[in-house]
Amino acid sequence: MTEQTKVTTLDKVVIRFSGDSGDGMQLTGTIFSNLSAVFGNEISTFPDYPAEVRAPQGTLSGVSGFQVHLGSRKIFTPGDKADVLVAMNPAALKVNVKNIKPNAIVLIDTDSFEKSDLEKALYTTDDPFKELGLNDVQVVAAPISTMVKDGLAGFGLDNKSALRCKNMFALGLVCWLFERPLEEAMHMLQNKFAKKPAIAQANIKALTDGYNYGHNIHASVSTYRIESQVMAPGFYTDVNGNKATSLGLIAAAEKSGLQLFLGSYPITPATDILHELSKRKDLGVITVQAEDEIAGICTSIGASFAGCLAATTTSGPGLALKSEAIGLAVIAELPLVIVDVQRGGPSTGLPTKSEQTDLLQALYGRNGESPVVVIAASTPTDCFDAAYWASKIAVEHMTPVILLTDAFIANGSSAWKLPNLAEYPAIVPPLATQYDGDKPWKPYRRNKETMVRYWAVPGMEGFAHRLGGLEKDFDTSAISTDPKNHQKMVEARQTKIDKIADFVPELEVIGDQDAELLIVGWGGTYGHLYEAMETMHEQGKKVAFAHFQFINPLPRNTAEVLGRFKKVVVAEQNKGQFANYLRGKIAGFNPYRFNRVKGQPFVVARLVEEFTKILEA
Amino acid sequence: MTTEEIKYLPKDYKSDQYVRWCPGCGDHAVLNCLHKAMAEIGVAPSNMAVISGIGCSSRLPYYMNTYGFHTIHGRGAAIATGVKTARPDLSVWLITGDGDCLAIGGNHFIHAVRRNVDLNIILFNNKIYGLTKGQYSPTTDRGFVTKSSPFGTVEDPFIPAELALGARGNFFARAIDVDLKNTTDILEASARHKGCSVTEVLVNCVIFNDGIHKAITDKAVRAERTVMLRHGEKMLFGANQEKGIVLEGLKLKAVTIGEEGYTLDDILVHDAHEKDNTLHMMLAMMSGDMPLALGVIRDVEAPVYDECVHAQIEEVQAKSKVKNLNDLLMSGEVWEIK
Repeated sequence: MTEQTKVTTLDKVVIRFSGDSGDGMQLTGTIFSNLSAVFGNEISTFPDYPAEVRAPQGTLSGVSGFQVHLGSRKIFTPGDKADVLVAMNPAALKVNVKNIKPNAIVLIDTDSFEKSDLEKALYTTDDPFKELGLNDVQVVAAPISTMVKDGLAGFGLDNKSALRCKNMFALGLVCWLFERPLEEAMHMLQNKFAKKPAIAQANIKALTDGYNYGHNIHASVSTYRIESQVMAPGFYTDVNGNKATSLGLIAAAEKSGLQLFLGSYPITPATDILHELSKRKDLGVITVQAEDEIAGICTSIGASFAGCLAATTTSGPGLALKSEAIGLAVIAELPLVIVDVQRGGPSTGLPTKSEQTDLLQALYGRNGESPVVVIAASTPTDCFDAAYWASKIAVEHMTPVILLTDAFIANGSSAWKLPNLAEYPAIVPPLATQYDGDKPWKPYRRNKETMVRYWAVPGMEGFAHRLGGLEKDFDTSAISTDPKNHQKMVEARQTKIDKIADFVPELEVIGDQDAELLIVGWGGTYGHLYEAMETMHEQGKKVAFAHFQFINPLPRNTAEVLGRFKKVVVAEQNKGQFANYLRGKIAGFNPYRFNRVKGQPFVVARLVEEFTKILEA
Repeated sequence: MTTEEIKYLPKDYKSDQYVRWCPGCGDHAVLNCLHKAMAEIGVAPSNMAVISGIGCSSRLPYYMNTYGFHTIHGRGAAIATGVKTARPDLSVWLITGDGDCLAIGGNHFIHAVRRNVDLNIILFNNKIYGLTKGQYSPTTDRGFVTKSSPFGTVEDPFIPAELALGARGNFFARAIDVDLKNTTDILEASARHKGCSVTEVLVNCVIFNDGIHKAITDKAVRAERTVMLRHGEKMLFGANQEKGIVLEGLKLKAVTIGEEGYTLDDILVHDAHEKDNTLHMMLAMMSGDMPLALGVIRDVEAPVYDECVHAQIEEVQAKSKVKNLNDLLMSGEVWEIK
């Protein structure tokens, strides 16, 4: 039988692990994506977990998923629909009906598909596949629970602990399906359970049993092989956006010689940055878990005043609470990095889901004329560079910078070639000792070219000064309510931000430079938009793509680039915030729009469909 | 030590800015006391940071020749926490008022106190909103008529001491604007305390709440209506120090020595360093027939937040092999493509 197994070589495949939130699907998915990355595949992953910590077992609201996209060439997204679904219970199957391809392989644990399990997931018949209309899927049905219990009989584990290894049995089966050698997975399990060797051994046994089961029993489904691709030589790791953001801030601190300070209040989906930086005492990182969002930013403003590279991390509702304090950093002209990991809104909204709906809040959500720099990261690994740039601009231009990421890139991960910090540009704080104006130094006397003021840090003798939220005199830096002076200071703060455009890279157009249609995006949708362009190229269509990372100020060549194309479509996960912003900046600009606000990443196939319609209109 | 220490004078802490408080405002006196206290402490002006929120008193940083930051309403405690946690080497002061500190900034205040950040907090309490021209504040007495309570307030005030001690405060002192000598001494003591110190200064608002503390602070009644507590000394008051505080059962009582059989030996001795805050709380809460407690009521050593933050960093750094970003990256799950 085994000799008849077909091996299909694919260049891309999407696998979705799904089960109860207690079934260990995140771990299973992570191990599988890591061992695929080590194997030389391109990977992109995305966890999809419920907002509740533990919903009732077996119910629809308790389903937790982890999607992995593997490929032999560049992969930018976790993929639209899965080729393979691991469904540990009927609820997981039901929830994922829309997330799988019609002919997908569905791997189930038959022991969890009993009548009572079906009832918990609100099925009305005893044939879940028929009920859901899944007529063309290939089902791999294995009595996983029974086999795991039998396989671990000699391990001295109680029933509950033995059943916890179910996910590894499933992983073993998937490894067989994709011809993944088990050594790397075993190694990862040994590391994961280094302090509990018995548990490590039980998991490894379940993993091996699952692999052997697939090998011995299933001749009826094809196994898949994803060839490894040639990647640039160097060291790699797997990183998600939140971790990359943390590392980017650390890198900027090291490069600038400033101590990194984070003031933050826990909020989904940004909290992992606080976790990550709290671990980095070894690198001198100071973290304060503040009493609320306002204190999160205010402790950071205090630390910035005191001479640190200061950051605060949050999501949409937290950014709203921080608004007044951001205004203080604007008028005090202190460096500050504000990371907003966007999630579904308004209000509490969809805390674990992804949107791009905070753009206008970031740009304008403050009282007064209060310009700040806004940067958006485009992929999980780009979060590193984006956080580095945000820090560099904040410090060198003495301004708050809002870095927008989102739940999708924050939690999604991909393989990342470790950066060489020596290749990154220097970060030079404009300390008051560098001031060379004709008149004596004052806190608001500026560099005439960049309009940046000079930074005096407590402890520097001869530079003691008072900052504050009240308007100051352009020349003397004393409090001023003079009308002309206020106008002058408003202009000075705006000009300072506008001039930053001289220091950011120009907008690039990728794809067909002579295309009729230009796709425009910003932030975390880069991967989906790129794949849409690629798919259209494969279909023989001419299309170009420009993606914004610098939003305020815009790259200098923005108007020129957008004016070069007959049709422009701005695709974003909101009701058109960036399109409207561009319209305000570029006279006569009237783009097509593609807007989805579902809390879910774009679907590449839908993008291609819409863009093709626009192209052919 | 061969280096001669620089001796600072009060004027070294004074900025060239014209002080814009109303003539007769109690804040002027506190400002002068603060300049004097700072000179006594002797920290260089460039190593001091004076942070404030919003309100009349929060203008104070502009009148200091130190580093200063006049921030936003209620958030001074959080900003000062950031300054001190980033730079424990600085002497950090927080200037705040009853509205700024106890209404909009209540949360930041209690948490700064709870964490025991080494801040010197001066709480200017005039029981009114002055800058917004006369609304009741969280310390305004029940029934008090103001512009926003034309028929009298129907809510009870905070007693700042109760809040500070309830937030597990380790230093609380009370001073009055009209007693320059003691106020200066108390501010100096607050600065010498390691950890978060809260000094409530009862100040007069000459425009919107004139005479609010008069029944206590007026020279004619002050000796009878207040008791100045000093660590290690008997709790005596009265024009001739003929009265004192005794503990009877679970209650404090004001007695006259030589009457009802009370002798000097019965009078309590103030122990500001006692860890148990029960008696401190009772003293701080004295009102009505009892004299108002002034001076350093509580002054107890406890682990200091900003020091602990840096000690933990040093401890981890001493043990860790990770010295820079590259070490960190290479210490994780890494694979090499050749």
